Amino acid sequence: MEQRHVISVLVENKPGVLARVAGMFSGRAFNIHSLAVAPTMDSKLSRMTIVTHGSEQLIEQILKQLRKLINVLKVQDLTEGEFVEREMALIRVKAPSARRTEILRINEVFRGKVIDMGRDNLTLEVTGSQSKIQGLLDLLAPFGIQELIRTGAVAIPRAKKS
Amino acid sequence: MTNAIKCTGAEALLMALKEEGVEAIFGYPGGAVIDIFDAMVRQFRDVFKFILVRHEQAAVHAADGYARATGKPGVCLVTSGPGGTNTVTGLATAFMDSIPVVVFTGQVPTPLIGNDAFQEADIVGITRPCTKHNYLVASVDELAQTVKEAFYIATSGRPGPVLVDLPKDVLQSKMQFHYPKEVSIPTYKPVVKPHAPSLKRAADLLMRSHKPVVYAGGGVITAGAHEELRKLAEMMSLPVTMTLMGLGGFPGTHPLSLGMLGMHGTYRANMAVSHADLLLAVGARFDDRVTGKVEDFAPHAKIIHIDIDPTSIQKNIRVDVPIVGDAKEALSLLIEILAADRRQQRKDKRLQEWHAQLTVWRNEQRLRFDRTAAVIKPQYVIEKLYEMTCGNAIISTEVGQNQMWAAQYYLFDRPRTFLTSGGLGTMGYGFPAAIGAQVAFPNATVIDIAGDGSIQMNIQELATVMQYKLPVKIAILNNGYLGMVRQWQERFYDNVYAHTDIMCAPDFVKLADAYGALGLRATEKQEVEDIIAKALSHKGPVIMDFQVDREEGVYPMVPAGAAITNMILV
Repeated sequence: MEQRHVISVLVENKPGVLARVAGMFSGRAFNIHSLAVAPTMDSKLSRMTIVTHGSEQLIEQILKQLRKLINVLKVQDLTEGEFVEREMALIRVKAPSARRTEILRINEVFRGKVIDMGRDNLTLEVTGSQSKIQGLLDLLAPFGIQELIRTGAVAIPRAKKS
Repeated sequence: MTNAIKCTGAEALLMALKEEGVEAIFGYPGGAVIDIFDAMVRQFRDVFKFILVRHEQAAVHAADGYARATGKPGVCLVTSGPGGTNTVTGLATAFMDSIPVVVFTGQVPTPLIGNDAFQEADIVGITRPCTKHNYLVASVDELAQTVKEAFYIATSGRPGPVLVDLPKDVLQSKMQFHYPKEVSIPTYKPVVKPHAPSLKRAADLLMRSHKPVVYAGGGVITAGAHEELRKLAEMMSLPVTMTLMGLGGFPGTHPLSLGMLGMHGTYRANMAVSHADLLLAVGARFDDRVTGKVEDFAPHAKIIHIDIDPTSIQKNIRVDVPIVGDAKEALSLLIEILAADRRQQRKDKRLQEWHAQLTVWRNEQRLRFDRTAAVIKPQYVIEKLYEMTCGNAIISTEVGQNQMWAAQYYLFDRPRTFLTSGGLGTMGYGFPAAIGAQVAFPNATVIDIAGDGSIQMNIQELATVMQYKLPVKIAILNNGYLGMVRQWQERFYDNVYAHTDIMCAPDFVKLADAYGALGLRATEKQEVEDIIAKALSHKGPVIMDFQVDREEGVYPMVPAGAAITNMILV
């Protein structure tokens, strides 16, 4: 059965490492739904959060192939335990003055921020799970979404309860 | 830093290679690497045997053949741009077959990288998916450490090719050379020690099995586990079948050998695997040419899979007992466990029926061809080569029918004597690979079993064997066709031989002569022995042109995607 998996990959922060990871996925016909990457506290390392789909066997193969890459230090399938994930979206929505209040109210419910305002549009910033962002987008769609930028998920395992 | 030596990057590279114990380098010069060649001739003339090939592809295949024949890493040195791109097929070949090769490419000076400079290519980008790892040395300070890592990665774990790209300004920079004694890469720690409880489970299954088969791949040879495999097989009376890459990993003449399995495997090997209740896979990866239809492969068997590469396990087929680790270590531990258990002594009775069945299958369908035919049968040529070399030659092959007949009819008793492109299936591999083996073993009989198609893919290397007096013998099974594709066209494409007729070919005897080599031709069956005798006694390179039956096929044959019991036997 196809399942969504969130994989956290600790890699060396070196030129070409992203290409190695991305190339391994494309070369082996694995799917990348989203990928977010940035340096960690230790600037020699970067953290990648990869969201992918696949059967149990396929995910096992993805994890092994990631571990096989020379620049990869650690691979963790977060889906195996509890974790928190967030993604961010920047949404420019059509907002003539007559409908602005309505949009702002929706935005408030989703705890979004207004980060830019034009004569007849608003730019919102929202973070949350994929489904929360999708929920907001569904509500804003009737107003007319002019531009949408999403980051892909970042995720962290939940702290162990002691 | 103590005992550091002041030198240029180019000199440091050569000193590093010397530290690694490199004896032979295969390559081709060019603008970006001229400093290395200059230093090599001026200062390292007596250190390395340099083999100037006539095409960079051949340099990698030769280094690969050297590595397969010796077990040591093969080394290549080529220039930037086209020098590098010409190595791609060689790298992909070595990558698929897990062969340790280290390729050094020149690169344009660092300030020019990305500017579309003359003879610039992003070779690290191009070869990323066909190397185990690769490097661009951005600063001369990284050079020594990078070379050390490159050899370590190429030769450890599951071996493979590594490419190191060297910009010209790095090669010309001055530095203090100090070669690291040890190497530790925090992100690369191959597992070699197998998990003990899994080995116990494997031993238990082996002792309870009534129809066991060992399926041995190239990993047995890579790990140097051939003696352990033989010991285990003899101790437990286990029949052994080998993949193409595994030939020589278990003696082909051994009574327990079933021969090769898979698409062109023996009837008894394919039947045995299909009826086995236990399959012990060692250093093999369940390739599609072995398994045929995966769902029908070893359907009644529990599967134990020993492999150094975790990605090989559970990739194509579900495994009951996965064992990640070095094959030699795993097999010797398995032998220890079994030797300590008294149950294993009852094996003879338990396996009696199974061995009787294997004999029935052997007698039912042996490898065969028409021995009464007046024309030269290609299988007959291989049999004669086998007889007349007493099975002691190092054999390389090209790809296609020549390769399969060599695998079927030349019996390999020792590892590292059969050099063939198994995974990638690279036509043009055999001749340069034979060159590599001959460089490693100047006194050995090295024969490239070729087709008239494949041999033309790297025929330019005749100049190389002449220059270095390498007495490589080439046996061309000349049928005027791209024979394996023609065979598929005959079987599955209504005899439409679309672009596989290559009767327009050079006169190979004259061609040999043109290079100064000896050319011999056999058109009649009774000439075959005479020509092989002449070739084997000749001190230099020889081309033997055997004009064989044009439409002979390789059998048994399992159609692609069918179960391996579904053999066309003819």
